Amino acid sequence: MSNLAVELDHASARLGGKTVWRDASLEIGEGEFVAILGPNGAGKSTLLKALLGVVPLSEGSARVFGRTVRRGNDQVGYLPQRRRFDPDLRIRALDLVRMGLDGDRFGVPLPSRAARDKVKEMVELVGASAYAERPIGELSGGEQQRILIAQALVTGARMLMLDEPLESLDLTNQQAISELIRRICQAQGVTVLLVAHDINPILPFVDRVVYIAGGNVLCGRPEEVIRTETLTRLYGAPVEVLRTSDGRLVVVGQHEPVSYHADHE
Amino acid sequence: MPQQRPSWDVVADIQLLLQFHFMQNAFAAGTLVALLAGVAGYFVVLRGQSFAAHMLSQVGFPGAAGAVLVHVSPVIGLVVFCLGAALGIGWVGRDVDAGNRLESAAIGSILAFSLGLGLLFFRLYAGSASGIYSFLFGTILGISDRDILLTLVVAVLGLVALLAIGRPLVFASVDPDVAEARGVQVRLMSIAFLVVIALAVAITVQIVGTLLIFALLVAPAASALQLTSRPLRAVALSVVLSIAFTWLGLSFAYFTDLPVGFFITSLAFGAYVLIRWGKEAVA
Repeated sequence: MSNLAVELDHASARLGGKTVWRDASLEIGEGEFVAILGPNGAGKSTLLKALLGVVPLSEGSARVFGRTVRRGNDQVGYLPQRRRFDPDLRIRALDLVRMGLDGDRFGVPLPSRAARDKVKEMVELVGASAYAERPIGELSGGEQQRILIAQALVTGARMLMLDEPLESLDLTNQQAISELIRRICQAQGVTVLLVAHDINPILPFVDRVVYIAGGNVLCGRPEEVIRTETLTRLYGAPVEVLRTSDGRLVVVGQHEPVSYHADHE
Repeated sequence: MPQQRPSWDVVADIQLLLQFHFMQNAFAAGTLVALLAGVAGYFVVLRGQSFAAHMLSQVGFPGAAGAVLVHVSPVIGLVVFCLGAALGIGWVGRDVDAGNRLESAAIGSILAFSLGLGLLFFRLYAGSASGIYSFLFGTILGISDRDILLTLVVAVLGLVALLAIGRPLVFASVDPDVAEARGVQVRLMSIAFLVVIALAVAITVQIVGTLLIFALLVAPAASALQLTSRPLRAVALSVVLSIAFTWLGLSFAYFTDLPVGFFITSLAFGAYVLIRWGKEAVA
């Protein structure tokens, strides 16, 4: 079973004494592009943090590339959910990428040709060479996102975990960044786990979705999971999946929109 | 104070400056403090912890006053109070995304309480105001050889500690979530840094005084970070500025008989204003 990127076996997570989700079992193959969906507060970010070893599981087990999860795994790159960097933060974008490589080590970073080349290669891969020397705070949201992807990949990561990377980007940048992530997934064989509020910008590339709602976790192909019957069962409440005339998916509850909208944000 | 006038002959001026032992000691201690404060200041400014640095510089006041009251060395009181305050705000923790509101409120509370304690200790001691005066404004022209040795030890230890934790500290400062996922002990870094600052302040206080520490811990690094966003360059520049302000401040004070602290803070402030202004003008 060496070609599995992620295995969850009857896993449950608790935060602050409250169960976020329970009894989650799923397998994600290497090189898959997986979207993690669900309403706010369902535990999408917690799933990523559990796979990073930052949030311990209360039950069950989680394995990444066949090994029990642990912090500081060079094979995993992570983009947390965040607002933008402080405009006054005076550190170069390049330095941020370098931190991804060896920022966790003690001692003064010595100039290293290998490290510099690796950083340069990643900056070129994400198309950020033009502004890599500028302070990170001065860059636009889309530019910052590219730098962070380079940072996440710089250790030679075989899996990218991205928490709402398209949030707070305009439509053009949403497309550009999701295209970039798909290109990295395909060209480098990198497994992608992407938490999304709105599946529509990434729907064309997604191999499978993980849907979290009501403490339950479900994994499958988009057309299997994002269906009225399936989601109603998952939420434990009536939910309807609609398809708009241009092919976008909309999930609505009985009284209010439950989740994502095509024109959201 | 010797009445000798500076000339345009720099070598002769330096000979004048260093002809007395007390000035040699002032330069030695000032340089050590400026070196440590210049490096620490980079992290203070990068992490947005100027207020914490301010608190740590004030909090030593009741420590020193309390130590005098119970007949122990003021240095012990300084170190105990500075360390206590550092661990206090380190324990509260910080949340960069939330604008560090919790940390700043904790700092404000500790600061007010410590000044209240200082007032009490000073009243109980019923000492002369000159003790307070020398604490607040420093006694850099009256430093003993033993003080120099102490300063040297703490400065070396502080620098070694900062060089050791500098890289994960920067990571934890600018990108805490990713740093944590990469295995950095974010909270431990934060507390370790405050402890180093606390020790740096505890020794700096005796030399330049409470009100002036702030200038060396914040202004040189703030100026350096305006000029470069490269970490190593910014640290180096911060140190250069910090030492330059100290040397110039000591020299001006020697030749004019006006307070050292006034010159150091003025130089630091003036440089910062000029650099900000210059950047605005260029932009």
